[in-house]
Amino acid sequence: MADRHPLFKPLVFVGGLIFGFGLGFSHMARPEVVLNFLTFEDLGLPFVMFGAAVVSGVAFALLPRIRDTAPLTGDPYERRLKPFDRNVLVGGAVFGVGWGLSGICPGAAYASLGVGNVTILWALGGMFVGAYAQGYWRSRSEARDAARAGAD
Amino acid sequence: MVVDPVLLQAVADLFPNGISRYAVGGLLVGLGTVVIYAATGIPAGASTFLESTLSYVSDRSRFQRYVGSRDWRLVFTAGIVLGGLAFAATVQSGAVTTSLYEPGTTGTLYEVAGVTLWATDVQPWRLFVGGILVGIGTRIGKGCTSGHGVCGVGSASKTSLVGVATFLTVAIGTAQVVAALGVSP
Repeated sequence: MADRHPLFKPLVFVGGLIFGFGLGFSHMARPEVVLNFLTFEDLGLPFVMFGAAVVSGVAFALLPRIRDTAPLTGDPYERRLKPFDRNVLVGGAVFGVGWGLSGICPGAAYASLGVGNVTILWALGGMFVGAYAQGYWRSRSEARDAARAGAD
Repeated sequence: MVVDPVLLQAVADLFPNGISRYAVGGLLVGLGTVVIYAATGIPAGASTFLESTLSYVSDRSRFQRYVGSRDWRLVFTAGIVLGGLAFAATVQSGAVTTSLYEPGTTGTLYEVAGVTLWATDVQPWRLFVGGILVGIGTRIGKGCTSGHGVCGVGSASKTSLVGVATFLTVAIGTAQVVAALGVSP
């Protein structure tokens, strides 16, 4: 990690800038617009996520054919697929309730702060509370499982 | 070819703000993801930042696993915030105009030092309670709208497709129920 390319962080920053500008331009950083989509008053929002997925999908497919490794990290271009289990459904459902209630998701919340939406700090505060709560609980159950395995 | 004007009107009703701002915004979100992936090989998602940043203040194992990525995730998030500000200072403020952008009528606009900023009218309790559930759900569910929705769908990951279908369906149901209960904004 320490010997990362000096351009690593500047490049991540530039990527974040473009990402955040896009969330602002698309109005996905506005909870009202997300809620208007979820209640079928304005069906434009899927063009944001799926538009982005198409762009990244093309790049994810093409890059490994052009080069083997990423220039700034030396890491191979590979699909890092997350394993499927019950958590994907349970977590997805809990996220869905939160997104449907608030109209905001993590990336859009960061961009929302940037467009001037100070009120979104309520949502960001909530996200940290929620992330901490699940981490606290899961760290404890992991420690308990490890203790049990050690005792066997 | 003759297009039925009634049909045309029905489609226009579904997209009262057009689709160009959504599509252009989405292409930029994708471009930001690709810039990072092309340079680093990392498919970046936004919600891991919540846990990786907690590793600065908590020793719990669940957060400490992200120590190696917490610095660049902080940089990524700072970029997203400032990207939003850059949008506010240019397009939202009217300093840059394009027919692809539809300003809409949501929320409240206000001005600071010549920059047009925007604030939501959605009630704080909805944002806070919803935020807690987003924080729990995205981390247990292994991703959010960017990790599953953009990177995962982009790499045709079955896990992510199921994740997106789950949170999208539940979110639609939730928002419909909340609206039916008369909660507004």
